[in-house]
Amino acid sequence: MPTFVYMTRCDGCGHCVDICPSDIMHIDKKLRRATNIEPNMCWECYSCVKACPQNAIDVRGYADFAPLGHSVRVLREEEKGTISWRIRFRDGREKNFVSPICTAKWGEKIEDLASLPVPDEEALNSQLLCYEPDVLGYAGGLRKLPGKFKQGVYY
Amino acid sequence: MRAKTVYEDCDILVVGGGMGGTGAAYESRYWGRDLKIVVAEKANIDRSGAVAQGLYAINCYMGTQWGENNPEDHVRYARNDLMGLVREDLAFDMARHVDSAVHKFEEWGLPFMRNPKTGRYQREGKWQIMIHGESYKPIVADAARKSADKIYNRIMVTHLLMDEKKPNRVGGAVGFNVRTGAFHVFRAKAVIVSAGGASHIFKPRSVGEGMGRTWYAPWSSGSAYALSIQAGAKMTQMENRIVLARFKDGYGPVGAYFLHLKTYTQNAYGKEYESNWYEDTKAMVGEYIDHHPVPTCLRNHALISEVKAGRGPIHMVTKEAFQDPHLEEVGWENFLGMTVSQAVVWASQDIDPKYINPELTTSEPYVMGSHATCSGAWCSGPEDLSPDEYQWGYNRMMTVEGLFGAGDAIGGTAHAFSSGSFTEGRLAAKAAVKYVKDLRNATMTVSDGQIDGFKKAVYKPLENYKVGRNEIVSGTVSPSYLLPIQGLQRLEKTMDEYVGGISVNYMTNDKLLARGIELLNIMEEDFEHLGAEDLHQLQRAWELKHRLLASQSVAQHTLYREETRWPGYYYRGDHMKLDDENWHCLTLSRRDPETGDWAMEKAPVYHIVD
Repeated sequence: MPTFVYMTRCDGCGHCVDICPSDIMHIDKKLRRATNIEPNMCWECYSCVKACPQNAIDVRGYADFAPLGHSVRVLREEEKGTISWRIRFRDGREKNFVSPICTAKWGEKIEDLASLPVPDEEALNSQLLCYEPDVLGYAGGLRKLPGKFKQGVYY
Repeated sequence: MRAKTVYEDCDILVVGGGMGGTGAAYESRYWGRDLKIVVAEKANIDRSGAVAQGLYAINCYMGTQWGENNPEDHVRYARNDLMGLVREDLAFDMARHVDSAVHKFEEWGLPFMRNPKTGRYQREGKWQIMIHGESYKPIVADAARKSADKIYNRIMVTHLLMDEKKPNRVGGAVGFNVRTGAFHVFRAKAVIVSAGGASHIFKPRSVGEGMGRTWYAPWSSGSAYALSIQAGAKMTQMENRIVLARFKDGYGPVGAYFLHLKTYTQNAYGKEYESNWYEDTKAMVGEYIDHHPVPTCLRNHALISEVKAGRGPIHMVTKEAFQDPHLEEVGWENFLGMTVSQAVVWASQDIDPKYINPELTTSEPYVMGSHATCSGAWCSGPEDLSPDEYQWGYNRMMTVEGLFGAGDAIGGTAHAFSSGSFTEGRLAAKAAVKYVKDLRNATMTVSDGQIDGFKKAVYKPLENYKVGRNEIVSGTVSPSYLLPIQGLQRLEKTMDEYVGGISVNYMTNDKLLARGIELLNIMEEDFEHLGAEDLHQLQRAWELKHRLLASQSVAQHTLYREETRWPGYYYRGDHMKLDDENWHCLTLSRRDPETGDWAMEKAPVYHIVD
């Protein structure tokens, strides 16, 4: 289901160009609006659809296996921390779903590692990663190998 | 093209900002406070890599804090699924750390589902936990952004640089900015390759507009392998491509359906079919068919065999589970959170799984290192538990000094998935920090000559097009250049027909492989004549070159392993049985960067007891 852009809604802001993982959303130089330049390299990941402030981008299922008349629309609201979907079948039936996307304020809970005390040489030479072993959630430190490795045994 | 050159000197360069790369950026900062850490990403780290679209489950979580699983259990599970062959040291190492990554994700705001009775993470299966992961990638991207000194988006990294003072030591990487066209030179003491595995090396089932709807992302261009191979790194298990049984056309995932919704499969006539193929499979692989859970490839084998026997299509029986409104919601949200297109396919074809049992099919093969497969670079294991043959100094360092890997780049670590890839990035990063500190004041030499050579090569497709385009009136047919899409389709057709793709039911043999390798070698010559009209096409040209190198490696490995180890992934028609006597081992390859010749060897498998 490659993406396409509605002419009357797109204002050429370029958010979709900035986010597309496949580099296929580009600004048409003459029309100064976004367009999908390579539909057969579209994964239908909806990154551009979610990023568009004008709701100007939609998806039409791949021509080679998706009959016309369907729609899957999405509204991703970072402020509310939710994503809402509306699925419309070819025969007109609808299904609606809402899911949370983040339980914290964006980026707020991510620590600034550079401000933490510098780990010492011993920690650097240990097998522990940052915050371990505490963050593992159990006592006794990193799990140890229960036995020795054996070469090439058939088991 | 007269592109300007931008230099960036750093201590650690992370190539690819997916799950592995974001983990690497994060952990590098913790251990290397005074080091300069830079990430180069082909797209935009907020939505890049295999998790760009989101995930509805984290498929690798031990739950050791609740006594659910231990790392050694996961090793047994991955080993069993891969028919006995994984790097158990790397698997154990990843598994003993993975829970800490998952706990951080929750702290950062990733929404987890909880079991109302136990209060623990909601299990989908023994290893999987369920999340509302639409924003999984933007959340971990924030962690990387906060940790790295600089993140370069839209840089297609094409080659690694080598130190000219010490042989076999990495010196950084080069690439170009897909937007500005500038040539970027990253001189780095250590490089962590955390780029993607490979989609689109085998012909996909959909070849029209829908060719982008591959199971693995179309932007996964095998750069994890190509960059490492070009630098002379040894690769392992590249023959171990993966084929997925998925919902038809959308390739919607089946994990939650099988494990959580308890849906099951049947043939077109409503019959259970896996038992039909038990004896046949046992004759090929022996007692492996009796293992639990049944290895992924063997379940594929039953599905493929049943369809070949004329009793397709295979259906997933959803009608029972979907009568429960909660399970119905889980079934749909599962797609919306990670494979929206399956919802689109069903909506367009009026398939409501509450009333219709949807079709399943097997996909084209993919090469990657973090799902039920383990292709990738041959890496050193952790100091405290790896046998000598698996250990040469720094954890996750390849056979090239200073070159580390994570995620798809690492060979032998199956079933790492998103959380395990992030964890591998962290492991590689800590080791890279140690490596850089141990280097102390050692300096590297990366000459202008080396840089200029790459620069010339990088922009050649633009030049090819400019010159060749003047010969013809219009259109896409030129006698002197190939467009990237034309080259891609030739690669996919060759791999499909000769190396075991869908059109031959995953079958190949020594003769087909030998011919396939010849055709790939000719392609290597022809791809010097790729023509790129603009920077977007230049990106496609380099992705294609990376895919070709990955494909050559796959073909060489497939030829070398003279057995059918993973029926359902591929078949060697000339050796239709699993052969533990001769092939209970890992395969290694090295492509000589000077001559382009491939050398193959075996490496021993070491097992954890039992």
